[in-house]
Amino acid sequence: MSRIAADVPWFKRPWLGVLSRSCAAIFGGYAMASASSLLLARLLATPSQAVLTGMMIGILVCACAALWAFATATAWRAWAGILIPTIVMFALSALLARAAA
Amino acid sequence: MKQGFRQSMAWLHTWTGLLVGWVLLLIFMGGTSAYYKQEISRWMRPELPIAPTDASTALASAERFLHHNAPDATSWNLTLPDARAQVVEMYWMNAPAPEGAPERPAYGSATVDPRSGQAVAARETTGGEFLYRLHFDLHYIPALWARYIVGFCAMFMLVAIITGIITHKKIFKDFFTFRPGKGQRSWLDFHNVSAVLALPYHAMITYTGIITLVFMYLPWGIGARYPDNEQRYYDEASNRIADTRPAAGVPAQMLPLTQLLAKAQTQWPGVAIDSVAVFNPGDANAGVMFSARADSISNVVPSLLFDGVDGKLLSRSEPPGAATRTFGTLYGLHMAHFADPALRLLFFVCGLLGCLMVASGAVLWATKERPKHLKAGRIGFGLRLVDSLNIGAVAGLPIAFAAYFWGNRLLPVGVSGRAELEASVFFWAWGAALVAAFVWPKRAMWAWQLYAGAALFAGIPLVNALTTGIHLGVTIPAGLWSLAGVDLVCLGLGVSLAVAARRVQRWRPPLTASQKRAQPGKGRAVATTVAEPAPRGEHA
Repeated sequence: MSRIAADVPWFKRPWLGVLSRSCAAIFGGYAMASASSLLLARLLATPSQAVLTGMMIGILVCACAALWAFATATAWRAWAGILIPTIVMFALSALLARAAA
Repeated sequence: MKQGFRQSMAWLHTWTGLLVGWVLLLIFMGGTSAYYKQEISRWMRPELPIAPTDASTALASAERFLHHNAPDATSWNLTLPDARAQVVEMYWMNAPAPEGAPERPAYGSATVDPRSGQAVAARETTGGEFLYRLHFDLHYIPALWARYIVGFCAMFMLVAIITGIITHKKIFKDFFTFRPGKGQRSWLDFHNVSAVLALPYHAMITYTGIITLVFMYLPWGIGARYPDNEQRYYDEASNRIADTRPAAGVPAQMLPLTQLLAKAQTQWPGVAIDSVAVFNPGDANAGVMFSARADSISNVVPSLLFDGVDGKLLSRSEPPGAATRTFGTLYGLHMAHFADPALRLLFFVCGLLGCLMVASGAVLWATKERPKHLKAGRIGFGLRLVDSLNIGAVAGLPIAFAAYFWGNRLLPVGVSGRAELEASVFFWAWGAALVAAFVWPKRAMWAWQLYAGAALFAGIPLVNALTTGIHLGVTIPAGLWSLAGVDLVCLGLGVSLAVAARRVQRWRPPLTASQKRAQPGKGRAVATTVAEPAPRGEHA
């Protein structure tokens, strides 16, 4: 990383990539964990078991999201790989909530 | 991040580990000591009688105490004594104060002598509970915030463990590899050995630790499925039967709890009762719930609910659902209440290995970083900060833990606010170690602080012998191993710290090739004195 020349534009500096990935891992990871726990809570039949399952899986989702954020090739992919499933899961759980109401 | 997958994981492992390493060390040390929470609490109340009591006597005493001290509470909760704890721990929820009356606290708690039915006649101390709470409440910070901080650090730890495994190419081979006396290589080996040896334990304890507080971290599902009754979620998820009858507002004479206990025992022959909850005590709608002591890993236990006035069995818990059983098992694994003495000791040793893993990881970072700084001719700010924090945490925290035990024995027994004073002894000692480490973050400081921790820990049996009647000379012949164990473990920790301190003190930086050539006769001899694990990096 240190070999990258100083004349790259500011938005391509490595430290920005690291910061961006860190945010994706921490905030995106938490959002994804929340979305998956919410979706599982709505998806499964017995309420208490559904909520608990969502919580226990959510923590693992959060850890996997953090790994993804740093394993993938670019910071953009890191965000996309976290945000798209998060949005899909939130949308699905909103649909389920509407169907249940 | 253009390198391969393994390199990016190594990078992530380094930084997630380093950033929260010092808090993790505090959490690991507090949690490891909490395996012996009951034993430490018992040791810290040397005035208590030693013989155990039966459940019925203990319950009668507890009931007397609660009738006298919390007659108008909305609920009573108490845990009966067992082989490890010879006291009754109880708490009660207070009814809101009537209009115009002064505010009162939401709940009260007491530790009661099962024989006399009085609050324990012992020195005021939080005992092992302080160390247990410390590992997720961090003491001075509001508990809610502390638990978010601890959860955040634990999440980093989980990521560090997973990335650590990925980074590790030769996980099986390194299991058997330790190359002492090779500077950074030895530190890496030691980090690997301490991490890999107890790897299943580390992964388990970190994940299950987050799980114990997960309802705080991911509460969204509760809001979705239980929009207006959160309490019902907790009751259902933990398979707890709850008395949903409201208070009748009519006072009534309750049956003695011991009589209900006998009924519970006929329902559950041979099952030990762990805890008793009384809803609306003294009311016509009083309910009494008995919960069994866990006889497996899971902490989700069956319970029975009786009418407190006529003694009818109102309900009994159903078999728990799959998620509840899973959760209960994860929770139970973390708490380790199920562990018999041998398994408890194994958990304790694994916890100590966890402390060493975190500590050696942080030291490894500094060791790896140092050559760059030495080449540049000066120690940079970042390395100096890490050095200071490493000394203040790795060598300083043992001082604080040992000082807490000293405080328990040496603070005057009658002084007011004594329990809080004991806690401040812990933090003053740690604060002093941290300040010293920041002022002079050098090799000598490692040795001094390790020696200080060694002297304090090894001195605990001694100060115990000088101030109480439950010292090793009494406890070993009487076979009171839970009391003697505290003294012996402290002594063992003291000796280990002394060995570490001595190694730090005697360590010399390895000679460079040109220096070795310059003194051909001595080369061999010097090499053997250096062949010890370097307890930290090159730091003159």
